[in-house]
Amino acid sequence: MTEIRGFYTLWLREVKRYLRDRTRIVSSFVQPLLWLVVFGAGIGAAIGRGLQIPGVDYQQLIFPGIVAQTLLFTSMFMGISVIWDRDFGFLKEILVSPISRFSLFLGKMFGDSTDALIQGVIVFAIAFVLRIHFSLVAFLVCLPLMLLITIGLVSVGLIIASAIGSLESFGAVQSFINLPLFFLSGALFPVVGSNIQWLEIVARFNPLTYGVDALKIVILGMSYAPLQIQPLYVDVAIVGAFDLVMIALGTWMFTRMK
Amino acid sequence: MDNVIETKQLTKAFGSLKAVDKLDINVKAGEIFGLLGPNGAGKTTTISMLCTILKPTSGSAKVNGFDLVKEANQVRKSIGIVFQDPSIDDRMTGRENLYMHANLYGVPTSEQKERIDRVLKLVELEERANDLMRTYSGGMRRRLELGRGLIHYPRVLFLDEPTVGLDPQTRDHIWTYIRELKEAHDITIVLTTHYMDEADKLCDRIGIMDYGKIISLDAPSKLKETLEGDVVIVKSPKLDVLAFLVTTKLGLTKTRVVDGTLEVTVRQGKSVMPRIMELAIHNDIFIDSILLREPNLEDVFLHYTGRNIRVDSGRELHGFSAIKRRQIK
Repeated sequence: MTEIRGFYTLWLREVKRYLRDRTRIVSSFVQPLLWLVVFGAGIGAAIGRGLQIPGVDYQQLIFPGIVAQTLLFTSMFMGISVIWDRDFGFLKEILVSPISRFSLFLGKMFGDSTDALIQGVIVFAIAFVLRIHFSLVAFLVCLPLMLLITIGLVSVGLIIASAIGSLESFGAVQSFINLPLFFLSGALFPVVGSNIQWLEIVARFNPLTYGVDALKIVILGMSYAPLQIQPLYVDVAIVGAFDLVMIALGTWMFTRMK
Repeated sequence: MDNVIETKQLTKAFGSLKAVDKLDINVKAGEIFGLLGPNGAGKTTTISMLCTILKPTSGSAKVNGFDLVKEANQVRKSIGIVFQDPSIDDRMTGRENLYMHANLYGVPTSEQKERIDRVLKLVELEERANDLMRTYSGGMRRRLELGRGLIHYPRVLFLDEPTVGLDPQTRDHIWTYIRELKEAHDITIVLTTHYMDEADKLCDRIGIMDYGKIISLDAPSKLKETLEGDVVIVKSPKLDVLAFLVTTKLGLTKTRVVDGTLEVTVRQGKSVMPRIMELAIHNDIFIDSILLREPNLEDVFLHYTGRNIRVDSGRELHGFSAIKRRQIK
């Protein structure tokens, strides 16, 4: 019982802090909007029909990718909360409490994942305003799917943050990891099934590739079928397995934390 | 009375440096126990071990009857800690911080509100309870932390430098709180400090720590009694010469020059004062003022370590060697 309440209080804290941070919420609208409007419409017009599936324009095609990108950037950034907590001293209060490190990790991780999930929903809202097509069912299926994707990514962020410990290096490592993961995930163009072999090999090792594939299957439906890497359940299984490994690793990192 | 804390040869080494060296202390139930010493003496390391933050290199200790290493979780549940550095979430309100603490320590939900209201009243923060803590002053944050440490009804409360960096009024305030908290909750308090006045006014017993060891342990009044006696403080423009003369002519070796005054520790201050005056007049040394002071803990520390506790002042020149060093300059 104590563990559950400890978990809950840490979860609640992350969500409350996020919802109180108005600047972060407002700024979270900007990036996806730029990608969808400027990049999506602009590149779409420039490349003509080359990248497109019949009936799906480029903006529509990258929309699931932009959802994944938002999840990726937000989740990885969330790791910073560990460094903040350490710098502002609150981490000590948590570390000396009787709560187990597993509950501590889960509370923080699910709190941050919830924040990232809210960001993902914001991208859907932007897409809705831009009249990018998606069905209500697709949106509802995407909610648990986004949570599943974000769990592993937040864990990676937390693991990196607890290993690094300083704000500056965390920022550096972030940009070093985020962009390759994003570009090699199939978010903007198909990487698996492209004619460039090395690209495909690298993409296969990128967990985000399967998250993007899953989101595209759900959001784009049948028209995505020709580009689809594998069935949805395989994607989900891979992402889920990745989550479990990262949770285990994260808990271990938190156990070592002083 | 029972011992709430017992350490046996408790040691913490960082590499070759022994931060805490074979510590044997007993803390009795219901007392305020102080660890006094300069920065780096091993006070915080000791507290960190007793709070299970650091693992001892060797030795053992029991807190509330629980073994520090084997029963770390029980120890954690039975103690409260107020760290030297702030450890609140300043983006949350005071009340939220207290609720988080209550949940982390498994306080029953049905009791949480009542306990939190009581603590807020105790530390006089009821009116600011729903404000974000970033709007609090340093003293208010400290008070909330003190109150927070009590929410889960610990039997021992650890305070690491409870008033460091606070202004004199706030410090006085916090001392009052600490005493009230102790009375109201019937708990044992272990605190560290490098402030002599804090240790003197607050603690029932004091362990003086230096280089990881307890060099003396007793009630403040007893510690002061072990000193030779009084301190004669002389203010004069020619301190070095006067100190030299006092040492050579009067045979008083416990002299030191601190902050533009000469301090001479002697058994009978009243009879030494006129002789110092006489000596000064004979040697054409002008004396601005001369006064007699009862010994304080600072003198106790000096007595046991040969050093002034105010390590940051950088002016620790004692007796004959000090004069020599100055002459070389």
